Amino acid sequence: MSALLEPVFGPFYSNVIGTLVNATQWTIYLSLTAFIGGGLIGLLFTILKISPIGWLRKVATGYIWLFQAIPLLMLLFLIGLGIPSFFHISVAPWVAASVSLTLFTSAYMSEVWRGALESVAKGQWEGGRALGLTFGEILWFIVSPQALRIATPPTVGFMVQVIKGTSMAYIIDYNDLMRWGKKIANSQLDGAEPYIIYPMVALIYFCLCFPLSKWSKSLEKKMATRSR
Amino acid sequence: MFWFCRTAVKGPYRVQKGNDMSETVAAGPAVSIRSMSKWYGDFQVLKNINLTVKFGERVVICGPSGSGKSTLIRCLNRLEVHQDGDIVVNGVELTMDMKKVEAVRREVGMVFQSFNLFPHLTVLQNCVLAQRRALKRSKQEATEVAMRFLTQVRIPEQRDKFPGQLSGGQQQRVAIARALCLEPKIMLFDEPTSALDPEMVNEVLDTMVGMAKTGMTMLCVTHEMGFARQVADRVIFMDAGQIVEQNDPESFFTNPQHERTKAFLGQIL
Ligand SMILES: Nc1ncnc2c1ncn2[C@@H]1O[C@H](COP(=O)(O)OP(=O)(O)OP(=O)(O)O)[C@@H](O)[C@H]1O
Ligand SMILES: [Mg+2]
Repeated sequence: MSALLEPVFGPFYSNVIGTLVNATQWTIYLSLTAFIGGGLIGLLFTILKISPIGWLRKVATGYIWLFQAIPLLMLLFLIGLGIPSFFHISVAPWVAASVSLTLFTSAYMSEVWRGALESVAKGQWEGGRALGLTFGEILWFIVSPQALRIATPPTVGFMVQVIKGTSMAYIIDYNDLMRWGKKIANSQLDGAEPYIIYPMVALIYFCLCFPLSKWSKSLEKKMATRSR
Repeated sequence: MFWFCRTAVKGPYRVQKGNDMSETVAAGPAVSIRSMSKWYGDFQVLKNINLTVKFGERVVICGPSGSGKSTLIRCLNRLEVHQDGDIVVNGVELTMDMKKVEAVRREVGMVFQSFNLFPHLTVLQNCVLAQRRALKRSKQEATEVAMRFLTQVRIPEQRDKFPGQLSGGQQQRVAIARALCLEPKIMLFDEPTSALDPEMVNEVLDTMVGMAKTGMTMLCVTHEMGFARQVADRVIFMDAGQIVEQNDPESFFTNPQHERTKAFLGQIL
């Protein structure tokens, strides 16, 4: 890749760009892990949160409160630094980063999805119950399909927050775009001043997030026209 | 996650289904409510209700707003939970036992004021879903049954439309067909025509009159007194959570006994 860029950007900057783009893959992997892991765990807690069984609901509520109240940075410190030093174990930065972002994502997603499920009219549950359908059947066949439409735009929108959130993982030495950007910017090399490197980093984050934002907006619009 | 699983349906109330009504009739009343009370917090909505409805009987319930009509009818398929006394529907006592509650709900159809159709499903899918899940019918059988009842409510041609594309009257007729698809023994109606434009009321009432002619057991909350006169065997007047008066329609309308009934009839007739 550097070879391709060299005629345009010169040897130094094509090297910088190559390094940053290469580092971006780790940002993407972490985002995907957080999103898939957080989505699955979030789904589990969404179901617990609306289950007819009281103590399960309480467990879910506690979980969501806890991980919504703890700042992401705090989670990274706790899992990446606190737990390893307390138990005298080593936790790889990518493990700590994945776990922290997964917890963070799951709590937020459960809130969004629970909200979507609860925004489906109560009459839908009653209609289903009056037909002798079970809780699970009503949830699966009647309420979820309607909630899905409501939840999709904010879910896609939150992917942007997750991508931006991954940038904090540099603090526990996860080798993502942010960390490499910081390394280069701190390198004291001529042409690698922070005011040059950080805008480049920002531009890459923008390229990752902007299409998602756009997509989320267009989904929202589609929703609005459909519900009319 | 055991609440996802359908509870196994066994027991005498399944065996009776479909083939032999006389067995059920002999088994007792369709609905039997004894000394039933219900509270919302400190507020007592239903006060010591006693009511027996025979199979084949058609009962109209009326009364002022807030008197507890909806609550009473919703207790019969346990959309609301009563706190005191007992309710036996189709020979099954309503308790915490969800197995029994689900079984009762399959025998008791309900039509709501606000239709409660499933907006993401077509008319046909609305009618098929519960047949497939709750009665385990094959897709083909469920579709046949659905078309039979959609024809009965005279909208078979709308099968592939979504509820949002239909008029209120058509939606309510779909809701009636959807309930009938489970071939219930008892039908509950909670002000089925109140949300409709006046010109659509009759198409729904006609459907209900048709249903009454088939011998269906019906409990209907409505203020349509013409309908009550035409089909009801008994009219019940409720006020402040109590059954104040009940009588055959002729006597009820021409010779009400209680002051509250007279005042109410004076308002609506
Ligand atoms: N979920 C609830 N929580 C608290 N109070 C309720 C609830 N549902 C109904 N009520 C109250 O119970 C009383 C009876 O309500 P219900 O809906 O049964 O009356 P209704 O006779 O059907 O009236 P309407 O003709 O307006 O439909 C009302 O005073 C109502 O405010
Ligand atoms: Mg009511």
